Parts: sequence; C-alpha cells; structure tokens
Amino acid sequence: MKRKYFAYPYILWMVLFIAVPMLFILYYAVNVNGEWTLTKAWATLSDAGRWRILWLSVKMAFETTLICLVLGYPIAYILSNMNKTVAGFLSVLFFVPMWMNFVLRTYAWQAILEYFLPNLLGMKNGTLTGTEASVLMVLVYNFIPFMIMPLYNTLSKLDKSLLEAARDLGANSLITFVRVVLPLSVPGIVSGITMVFIPAITAFTVPALIGNGKYHLYGNEIELAFKTLSGQGDFAVGSTLSLILLLCVLISTLIMNHVDKDQQQGGQMW
Amino acid sequence: MKKLLALLLALLMVLSFAACQKEEAGEAEEEADYSFADGDQYEQIGGELNILNWGEYIDEELITLFEQETGVKVNYTELTSNEEMLIKLRAADSPYDLCFPSDYTIEKLLNEDLLQPLDMSKIPNAKNIQTRMLEVTNTFDPGNKYSLPYMWGTVGILYNTTMVDDVVDSWDILWNEKYAGQIWQYDSVRDAFAVSLLRLGYDMNSTNPDQIEAAKQELIKQIPLLKGLGTDNIRSSIINGKAALAVIYSGDAIMCMDENEDLAYVVPKEGSNLWFDNVVVLKNAKNVEAAHAFINFLNDGNLAARNTEYIGYSTPSQAAMDRLDEYYTKSDTFNPSDEILSRCGVYHDLGAFIEVYNKAWDEFKAAMGSNN
Repeated sequence: MKRKYFAYPYILWMVLFIAVPMLFILYYAVNVNGEWTLTKAWATLSDAGRWRILWLSVKMAFETTLICLVLGYPIAYILSNMNKTVAGFLSVLFFVPMWMNFVLRTYAWQAILEYFLPNLLGMKNGTLTGTEASVLMVLVYNFIPFMIMPLYNTLSKLDKSLLEAARDLGANSLITFVRVVLPLSVPGIVSGITMVFIPAITAFTVPALIGNGKYHLYGNEIELAFKTLSGQGDFAVGSTLSLILLLCVLISTLIMNHVDKDQQQGGQMW
Repeated sequence: MKKLLALLLALLMVLSFAACQKEEAGEAEEEADYSFADGDQYEQIGGELNILNWGEYIDEELITLFEQETGVKVNYTELTSNEEMLIKLRAADSPYDLCFPSDYTIEKLLNEDLLQPLDMSKIPNAKNIQTRMLEVTNTFDPGNKYSLPYMWGTVGILYNTTMVDDVVDSWDILWNEKYAGQIWQYDSVRDAFAVSLLRLGYDMNSTNPDQIEAAKQELIKQIPLLKGLGTDNIRSSIINGKAALAVIYSGDAIMCMDENEDLAYVVPKEGSNLWFDNVVVLKNAKNVEAAHAFINFLNDGNLAARNTEYIGYSTPSQAAMDRLDEYYTKSDTFNPSDEILSRCGVYHDLGAFIEVYNKAWDEFKAAMGSNN
C-alpha cells in the first residue's frame, strides 16, 4: 500500500492556499490594471520611508525574540527539571491563554494598559498605551509560549545519563549547563527563535491596538497600501511590500535551518 | 484584519447598545410613536425592495412597519465603506434599488451614471427637509435631482473641560505642546488632512501639491504631541478622561457627551467638514415605485424623529426637529447654527488627485517610526 497517497490532500491544500495566492501577489506586483509594468514595484522599492518602517519592524521583532528567549529559557529549563505531573500541569497553565483568540487577548491588554492599571496606580488621566515599551510587552506576552514550547520539548527529552556523565567527570552544574545542556538545546532555541521572530516581524494588530496607531510597522504599512493606496484599483504597492516581507521571512528561515542543519534531534513545536 | 476588528467593535457596540436600550425601554415604551405624522396611507405596492446601507443605520422597526403598510418585502444588506458600496453597485447584475452613499460618493456615482433622478411628486415628505441642508447637498448633487440627505453631521474637536484650560476655538490647539500625549488625531487621510489644511488657511479640498506638502509637514510636527491615531477607539478613551482633545465626528461626540458631562464639542473657527449620507435610487432599480415610497416614508416627521433618536446622528428633517426635545434641538453639536454651518464644507471627489493625498499620508505614516 502506497502511503504517499495520504499526502495528496495536503499537497492540494498547499497548492491552493499557499502557492496560488503567492502567485497572485507576484502577478499584482507587476501587473497594474492589466498592464505589465515594473514602475510601481520599483517606486515602492526605492522609497526610503518604507525601508525605515521595515527596519523598525525588524528591530521590534529582534527585541521581542531576545526578550522571549531570555525569559523563556529559564522557565523551560525549570519546567523540564520538575516532576512530570507538576510540569505538565504548569505548562498547561502557560499555554491555556493560547486557546483564546489572539485579537481578543490584545484587546484585553489594551483595556488593562489604557484603564485598569493606570487607575490602579492612581494615574487619573494617564495611560500606559502608545509607548514602545507597551507594544513590546504585549508582543512578548503573545509570543512567549511559542518560545517556551519547543525549548521545553527539547530540554525534557534530554538524555539524563549525559548529565550524570558530566558530573562523574567532575563538571560543576554551571559547566554542565554551558557545555552539555546548552549545546544540546540548540534545536529548541532555533525553533523557538523562528516561531517568535517570524510572527513578530509581521505583527500588526498589536502595534495598531496597543501603540494607538502610532507604531506603524511593516504589517500596518501593507494594510495601508491595500486599503488606502489602492484607490485606483491596483494592488502593486501592497503586493511589492508583501513580497519584500516574504523575502525577509524566507531569509530568516534559511538562516535558522542552516544553524539547525547538523542537529539530529528536532526541536519541534509540540 | 481591520474588518475583523470593526466587526468585533460593532458586536461590542451592538451588545452595549442593547444593554442601554433595555434600560431606556422602560421610560420610552409609551411614547414610542410609530404612527404617520400626517395620517398618511400607503398603497399596497408589493414585490421586493433591495436596500444597501451602513451597519446600525436605521431603526429596524421602520422596516417592519414599511413592510406591513406596503406589502413590500425588504431585503436589507449592510456594509462598512463607500468603496465597498461602489464595487457592489458597479457589478452588472447589481440587484439593489436603494442605497445611502456619502457626499463625495454621489459625485462618483453620477459620473459613472449609476443613479436615476428622483420623482419628487412621489416624495411629498421631501418638503420636510431644511432648505439650508439642500443648499449644501446641492454642491455635490446639482439641483438636488438625484438624492435627498438622510443623516448629517460635522467634524470638530471634542475636549475635556477639566483638562483643557485654554479657549478651544481653533484647530491650533491640537498643536499646543501643553497637551502633549493627550491628543487624538483621526486615522483617515481626508479627515487628518482637512484639519491640517484648514489650520493653515487652505481649502480642505485643495488640489495644490504645495499645500498638501505643507499640511503633511504640519502633521509630522504633530506626531510627538499625539496620544495616537484612532477612529472608534477614541470614544472610550476620551469618555474615561484618558485624553484631553480629539478630532471626532459630531454623532460620536454626542454619544460621548451623554456619558461624560465634562466633555464639550466645538467646530473650529477655521471651518470644518460637513458630511451627508444621502438616499438615492439606482439606475437599474427594479422596484422604483417601492423605492420612492420608502424614501417618502423615511422623511415622515414622526418616523424621521424616531430614526434619528435611534441612530444618534443629526436629521436634516425640520418636521423631525420639531418633534425632538430640547436636549437635541438646543445642542450646537446635534443642531449647529447657521453661523457654524457657514464655516463648513463637504469633501469633494478629487479624482486622480487623491493619489497625492495618499502618498503624503503614506509619508506621514513612515515618519512616525522616527518621530516618537
């Protein structure tokens, strides 16, 4: 029995909902109202303002990823060293918020930062929204489970006999961690970084809602291009911007895959 | 995604509306008067009537009443933007008889020859509409042949009197550093540019690229002073005292002032936007008879008064005004004086020049990253 037939629905899905839409984007980038032209695409590419927005988005995504890693690693490490039942229960607590819709959670944070917290702190007319720190904080909140999960998976599958061997050979706990645990958890780190960086670079609900529309990131720029700038019915600008972002995602995935290449143990999501 | 948000907000609003209305229902039950002002009788017309309108933009009781009176089955479709409406109406097999486009969209629809002239003999209630309204709608529908105003309002500044101690009578106050971080600008290209252009003494329908550039520079200067750029989210923020000043539509301003008595609304001396949503009959309407009957029905004094109370925006009908209580009629926000109206104008369709605005708007948004 040929198992590969089972893959056909998946391939069909990929073609219909990933490949075809991408071809559409490409088509609209170079075809303006039925005419093949590169002028709009080129004008979009040579616009310094848009590169500045991209830089801001990359910076924000990088900061988000770094904070997620620094906060997420110790959490995953502690969880992986706990009794399995307790760890299972605690990790459920970490992941439960993810069952709720992303947009709803962001709305909840908007209410917390705009009204609840400032009122609690006695800031009658003050708010905590509309700052870079608040945008960053909510991004970290939303994406940190994606960092903890692969890390926890990798760390809990770690062969404990290797740690015992290190101890036997005279390594203290710091050296064991740095020379054994950390290198073995690289697949988890790589997969965590990918899982956080890519959604963070394309984020646009959080900057719009928490940043009061003042943090105009690349996702917001694409939305603006499709909604406002396409008044004459062409999607060239929005499509070109989407292609640039797609390229960024592709490059970061390739870099991550390259780092991950030699690792045998996959640090999968689940 | 934005649409999803809009939907979510709409849902929240519907829910809160429902909650509010339940409270008020007790008091208003007896006075809810859905009878005709002139004891009108409507003939049986029959057939179907396909209506396209904005969400939450009619008292549904009116539709039921119209169906009972005329035997017409109403198919009511809601949408969220003029652009979406244009796309639907341009379709060759568009089934719609009646819709409610905004001022500049009427210009577009007229250019594309999608409307039919109204037969005023079938709309006797059109006499209820204030002439001062028709003088303005005349500017986008010459001779008022194709449309009648349905709802209208102004754009202005809503401010918190406990937080602002200067006199608010000019757009200038939105550039006052004293209120840094407490100012909401409106997140829409025409509205934000109108504010900036008018403040500089230019026409808000300006087609002079230098003026657009100057207005853009001023908007960029304003960025560090802004709390943010918003639309619907402005309301709860200013109601709760989290912002001192906001650019806002008068209908929203009334809603906010109901909730917080410290708020006041002003149409600045430099002038402002006056907007109209209007009712029109489409060229390929199938039930022209019912469409005219519906327009006449909407303009009945009693029913227009009910409808405007339900929606919260201003009605152009004098007959409806006469039936509303002083809370509405004495309010400069709901019922601006002629002096205020004389300062305001409508947005016109700018044709291809809108690209200049859009480009400047995009540059303004790009400047945001480096300015805050």
